[in-house]
Amino acid sequence: MTVRYTKDHEYIRVEGDTGTVGISDYAQAQLGDVVYVELPAIGRVLNKGDEAAVVESVKAASEVFAPVSGTVTATNSELEGAPALVNEDSAGKGWFLRLQITDPAELDGLMTEEAYAEFIASIS
Amino acid sequence: MADDHHDGPLLETPLASLHQSLGARMVPFAGYAMPVQYPTGILAEHAWTREHAGLFDVSHMGQCVLAGPDFETTARALEALVPADILGLKPGQQRYTQLLNEEGGIVDDLMVVRPSDPARGGEILLVVNAGTKEADYRLIEASLPEGIELRRMDDHALLALQGPDAVAVLSGLAPDCAAMTFMSVRPLEIGGIATHTSRSGYTGEDGYEISVPASAAADLWAKLTADERVKPVGLGARDSLRLEAGLPLYGHDINQETSPIEAGLAWSIQKRRRIEGGFPGQLRIAGELAEGPIRRRVGLRIEGRAPAREHAEIVDSAGELIGKVTSGGFAPTVGAPIAMGYVVSDFAAPGTALGVSLRGRTIAGTVVPMPFTPHRYKR
Repeated sequence: MTVRYTKDHEYIRVEGDTGTVGISDYAQAQLGDVVYVELPAIGRVLNKGDEAAVVESVKAASEVFAPVSGTVTATNSELEGAPALVNEDSAGKGWFLRLQITDPAELDGLMTEEAYAEFIASIS
Repeated sequence: MADDHHDGPLLETPLASLHQSLGARMVPFAGYAMPVQYPTGILAEHAWTREHAGLFDVSHMGQCVLAGPDFETTARALEALVPADILGLKPGQQRYTQLLNEEGGIVDDLMVVRPSDPARGGEILLVVNAGTKEADYRLIEASLPEGIELRRMDDHALLALQGPDAVAVLSGLAPDCAAMTFMSVRPLEIGGIATHTSRSGYTGEDGYEISVPASAAADLWAKLTADERVKPVGLGARDSLRLEAGLPLYGHDINQETSPIEAGLAWSIQKRRRIEGGFPGQLRIAGELAEGPIRRRVGLRIEGRAPAREHAEIVDSAGELIGKVTSGGFAPTVGAPIAMGYVVSDFAAPGTALGVSLRGRTIAGTVVPMPFTPHRYKR
């Protein structure tokens, strides 16, 4: 199992050809209290960089982009009643959606855990 | 936000380093570095203010004195710029009004205070918005007659203590505060610190706004936060609290194009001024009072959970554009998304069903009376 990150602070946790997408702990802390998450329809085909979801904090709405291309196979319905899960456990229970990854080679363009930590340090 | 435009380094309030030591997230607002939230977060700060007492640093706002030879002269000079009855203010009374342009649009909204101290008989105090204060001061100074001057109070901080526990907390340090009524103002010694305090605020809750010399602001903050019922609250919760209270935010819900009548602020234009006029834009305002404005500021309840935000289009059942959202978000106390915005007056009645465009979809909404949460002022 590997986790990769984007510069827009999405993560994708890869297990086989499935990826679980959410936003990083840094991103949830920056957003503040999450009050709503708009999730895509299951079966939707996303290209890398497409808007996959919208996360709304008290202050603002932010787009969540697909880290790689794929087909949405599941979304986290728990977020509907408990959007605060994104703040409480962004890497776990606060996941957004699962993708059937189209091209695993796209993962190579994303940051590893260590590279992402360095990226965060460089912008904060 | 319209009031975020600012060149050059950010200004700081006298409490900036204190906010940073508390772990506040500081953001640019109206040219100032201001705490948008503390580590507990906006939702917790909002709820704490509704249930206990929140302490806000609003020292970025503009405090000034208009000083003339006597109250009547100073009041008449101010009445040339605003539609409220200033002459009718009693000593120790505060009133809400608007600076207007010649077209009746709102240049700023502000609080006007007649001091209770007879030694300050020729003075009127103003509290204006941070983002507009320089322009306000220029506008006022340009219109003041000989013998009246505007004195900036940049050496003063402004703290707001808001919430149902505010009176009990402040009474412990200043027992006289409990007898004050909403929109009254007086000199008040708080734990030995000389302040000028009003019973008012911008949250819909009971509470106080405390003007204090900048040099004593940190001391006052410490005395107030020593009470466990008091927690610091940032600008983020200030915005969600005032939205639920139905209070307009300058630069968003009211601006140079909107009139006080369209904005639902006719209550702030007292009878004598409606009859006599003598303020900028009086023709438009008299016309709108007589015939009704073509659009009105309304409150909206939005179906579902997705917040509708500023600039979202409001449509009727046929999909025709009838207005725009000017403020909106998730309302923590209501537990649902709410918004305010302007709609063509035919659609302004409470209960009217309409739609709000959101990311290419239309979300159902309903016009509702404001405030969204009941005001709890001490009348």
